[in-house]
Parts: sequence; C-alpha cells; structure tokens
Amino acid sequence: MRGRCDIVCPLLSLAALLGVGGAAWAAGADLGQAEKQATNWTAISMFAVFVVGTLFITKWAAARTKSAADFYTAGGGITGFQNGLAIAGDYMSAASFLGISAAVMVGGFDGLIYSIGFLVGWPVVTFLLAERLRNLGKFTFADVAAFRFEQTPVRVFAASGTLVVVAFYLIAQMVGAGQLIKLLFGLEYWIAVVIVGALMMVYVLFGGMTATTWVQIIKAGLLLAGASFMAFMVLYSFGFSTEAMFAKAVEIKTGIASAAGKAPGEAAAQGFAIMGPGGFIKDPISAISFGMALMFGTAGLPHILMRFFTVPNAKEARKSVLWATTWIGYFYILTFIIGFGAITFVLTNPQFLDAKGGLLGGGNMAAIHLANAVGGNIFLGFISAVAFATILAVVAGLTLSGASAVSHDLYATVFKKGHADGAMELRVSRLTTVALGIVAVALGIAFEKQNIAFMVSLAFAIAASANFPVLLMSVLWKDCTTRGAVIGGFLGLASSVLLTIVSPSVWEATLGHPKDSALFPYASPALFSMTIGFVGIWLFSVLDRSRRAAQDRAGFLNQQVRSETGIGAAGASGH
Amino acid sequence: MDTDLTTRILNNPKYQELRAKRWAFGWWLTLAMLVVYYGFILLVAFNKPFLATRLGEGVTTIGMPIGLGVIVFTIVITGLYVRRANSEFDALTEQIVKGALK
Repeated sequence: MRGRCDIVCPLLSLAALLGVGGAAWAAGADLGQAEKQATNWTAISMFAVFVVGTLFITKWAAARTKSAADFYTAGGGITGFQNGLAIAGDYMSAASFLGISAAVMVGGFDGLIYSIGFLVGWPVVTFLLAERLRNLGKFTFADVAAFRFEQTPVRVFAASGTLVVVAFYLIAQMVGAGQLIKLLFGLEYWIAVVIVGALMMVYVLFGGMTATTWVQIIKAGLLLAGASFMAFMVLYSFGFSTEAMFAKAVEIKTGIASAAGKAPGEAAAQGFAIMGPGGFIKDPISAISFGMALMFGTAGLPHILMRFFTVPNAKEARKSVLWATTWIGYFYILTFIIGFGAITFVLTNPQFLDAKGGLLGGGNMAAIHLANAVGGNIFLGFISAVAFATILAVVAGLTLSGASAVSHDLYATVFKKGHADGAMELRVSRLTTVALGIVAVALGIAFEKQNIAFMVSLAFAIAASANFPVLLMSVLWKDCTTRGAVIGGFLGLASSVLLTIVSPSVWEATLGHPKDSALFPYASPALFSMTIGFVGIWLFSVLDRSRRAAQDRAGFLNQQVRSETGIGAAGASGH
Repeated sequence: MDTDLTTRILNNPKYQELRAKRWAFGWWLTLAMLVVYYGFILLVAFNKPFLATRLGEGVTTIGMPIGLGVIVFTIVITGLYVRRANSEFDALTEQIVKGALK
C-alpha cells in the first residue's frame, strides 16, 4: 500500500482509518483506483445549480457580514433548529456517507459499530459542555478555555490545537475531494481541488459564518433527502421487511463466497458473517481507545465547537445539539440500509462490477451505484452533486474555524493584547482565509499520491487528547491553572501525534516499514494520549504554586456562576 | 462580573438547588451513555457470538436491535436532558438571574 493511493484511502478508507481493519476492510480499500471517468454532464449541471444557488446566498450574506461578530458567528442570530442542521452538515462528511455505506456493504454489522462511535459523543457534548460553551465563549473555544487564565499561553495552545486538527482534517477532505470528483464528474484531480478551494474561499471570505451556515444547512437537507429516498426505495423493494432485506443480503454474500470456491458450509458462514461483528475490533484496547477518540474527539473539534457561538442563548445551544444528534443518528440508520441495499442491488448487477467482481470506480462507490440502481441517471447525478457539495460545506467550516483561531486568538488577543480594532481583526481573518485556501489547495495537490487515511482519525485523536481535556478541566475543575492547562494540553497534543506516527497505520501503511515493526500496536492513541493530557493538566496544576495560579483558582467561582446562569454572557448580536 | 454578584448568587438557595439538580442529572446521564456505549464495545470485543445469535427463524441477529437501540438511546437521552434543562432548569435560572440583578 506504500505511497499508493486509491479513492478509498485518502478520505474514505475505513480500513486504515480504523487500523483495526482486518482482511475484509483491507480488501475494501483495494477494490479500485480512482480512474478518471467519462465527463458526467448531469452531475455537473446539478452541481452548477447548487453553486449558483449558494453564491446568491453568499451575496445576501455578504451584505450582512459587517463586523467581526457577523463573520465569526453570523451575529449570533442562528436558531437552534438551523444550527442543528448546520452542525449535522458540518459533521456528515463525504467519508461518512460514502465510506460508511461502503463499509456496511463489505462488512455488514461492522459498519454499524463504526457509525455508532461517531454518534455517542453528542450526548457528552450536551450534558457537559454545550451551555457552558455558549455562556462563556464569544467566537472560538479558546474564549472558553482561556476564560480565567493568562490569555497568551492558553490562546497559543488553543490556536495550535485548532490549526493542527484543522490541517489534518482539511488535507483529508481536499485529497478526498480531488479523488471523488475525478471519479464522479470526470474532471482532472487538480481542477477538482482548485474548484473546491476557490468556492470555499468565496463562501468564507464574503459570506463568513452566515454563508457557511447556509451552505451547510442546504447540503444537510439535500444529503438527508437523497439518502432518505435511497433507503426508502431499498425498503420498498423488500416490502418494508428488514428481515427480507437481510435474508437476501446473506444469500448474495453466500453466493459470492461459493463462487470464490468455498465449500457450502464455509460459504454459508461467510454469508451470515455480515449479520454480526467481524474483524472490525481485534483487541479490546484498540476497541476502547478508538471508541474514546470518536466519543471525546467530537467534543474537541474546533469547527464544531465554534457553531455553539452562533446561537443567541443556552436554550438554543441545547436545542441545536438535540437536532444535530437526531439528524446524524437518523442519517447513520439510513447509511446502514443503503449499505445493505448496495449488497442486494449493486453486487448482483454486472453493470456496476468490473471483471474481478469489484465495484466499478472503487469500493466507496457503493452508494453512488445504488443511486443509479434505484433512481436512474438523473438521481445518480443528484447524489454525485450532493457528494461534492458535502465536501465544500465541511471544508468551508474548517477554514472558518482555522481563520478565527489566527485572527481572534493569535492576532487580536496575543499580538494586540485584546485591543485590536474590529475592522482590522476582520481583515486579518479574511487574509487568513485566503492563505488557508491556498495552503489547502497546495496540500491537496501535494498529498494526491500519499496514503493519508490516518488523518481523520488523527484529527479526532488530537481533538480528544488536547482540546477536550483542556476545555473540560478549565470549565469544571477549580484548581486548574494556566500552567497545568498549557503543559497538559501540549502533552496530549504531542503524545497523540507521536503515538499515531509509530502506530501501524502510519509506520507500516504510510511510511512503508515492515509489518509488525510499529512500536505502538493499537489502532488509536486516545486511551493513552487522553490519559497523558488529563494527568498532565492535573499534575502541573497541583504543583503550580505561582502567583498566577492563585489568580487562576480565584477566578473559578465567577466563571462557574457565569457558565451556569449566563449572566454577563455575550448577547445575541451585541458581541 | 463582579465578586459581590457572584457571592450573592452562590448564596442563593435556588442556585444551589439548580446546581445540585443539574449536576446529578447531567452526570447520571453521562454515566448511562458511557455504560451503554462501552458495554456495546466490550460485547463486540469479548462476546461476538452473542451478538450474532439469531432471533427466531430468520437471519436477523440480536446485534441488529442492540446496535440500532444504541443509536436510538443516544438520541433519546439527549432529548431527555434538553427537555428538562430547557424547562425546569431554565425557569430556575431565570428566577436566579432576576433575583440577582434587581
């Protein structure tokens, strides 16, 4: 697999994303290369409609984006329902749509285990963080983490945490975009990357958070509608009996196994394997560690946390997580049905298969081929356009969050010591947006042929090990100090990156060292790096006897009262 | 926020009530979520055959309702918290804020 990158590995490969892969997953990743397809005009025209529509919204949003508050948080005027959809739009990436449905097609039940991991972080966000974030923060999660601490060190840490997470996430999205669009639209890789970069820059630059939010809402609506239609058509064809659908899928998998020369008993067992857990989780440590990265990573993703500042108050913040959880949970149920639909409609239809029985265009084409099977060429074009829109929406959210870390945390707070002029701060965020756009396109092109499948899981692991512990401890633990938060946070950041580098998915799969040579044998570093982060924060806070530490601890009660009552919180449009 | 205001709120029995109720509720629900999710993961790690047990005559296994159950549970538990927080807790908060700022 060294240096070799097919469509699956960059954005989507669950095999390496999980590391715990096993044979079935690795096979999934080898199903095909991203070969350039014939230019698909239906898909391109539908995508053009989406682009024109969103550009009009951007124009409208641009007229409303005057202050830094408008730029970062849409003036705090988004409702809970809208924000919930936008969060779902931020979170349901092309990886989860195409990757999870493909994973279900390959492994059945195992795909479900994976999507559950992505969902269970949301209640934790709701119970422990959502309203406190809203009551303490203004534009970025650093506002919350640094609330009672010395600004400069905590902001520098938070900006580092944000930029590192955003960078890994962005690379994964850009490379995925290039591969996917080459495949779906028949465009050259670099053209696709440049289009994504340019459109994302336009949305963020002119429309700020307002345009980004609406792009995410529209994309979430389109994706949910398209996926609902596909799941409906699949269930409809089985008379709405899941048992009939499962039975057919098992029959088809059994048939494939016996065609591959398996004895009848073995083939039946292999066919039935999709109904229970398989090779997804090998050892309990990897299972728990990976579960922690997904669960707590969600609560530390800067572009998600930032969305809590776009609503007017704590009530709306809570409503938005409930809506987000509902939509995302519903979406994962749909992808599960779509995956089984792909087994029954796509794996049996030679139109979608290559000579070796693999999917045309690669393993992650399951949902795309199913769209063709249930809705014809027009619906295929629609789903392809939605997949492109999905990447755009996620990338725009990431860029906005990276830009605010630079302009609000570094420029306004660290360099200008909180005395930055609003117009100047806005200009810095726009300049940063352009810079990030160019960097993202450059990285997207540079990483075209690299195996970067580990990057999304790395982003989650860093978010869980650096951002989340600092946020949680600063908000809930009164003895936490500046020194503890900064040292512990950086320890969590460094250990999650280092342990990922020496784990099999990077050391062996990306850097090409021999098998079993990785120093760190587990799929995810989170169990260890989160522990290092939390213990670091605790230890260096407890040992901290400085004058600043006394001040940090003394500030806790004020912070607590504000975080719990909202007194003094930045108002809807007044910030 | 000035320290007088903070002290006043901290000494308000209503605030203490809100805090106690919300902490208990929030942490119990967090614990429930952790137990359900890691229970599921440990089941996957240690008892795969159980999840692959057939329900009745067909091919549907017990893992399917359990897996979907975890998704539904996640949504329901979030809804429970939000409902109580947006009614009972917010009403209490409003009383506290009014009392403190008058």
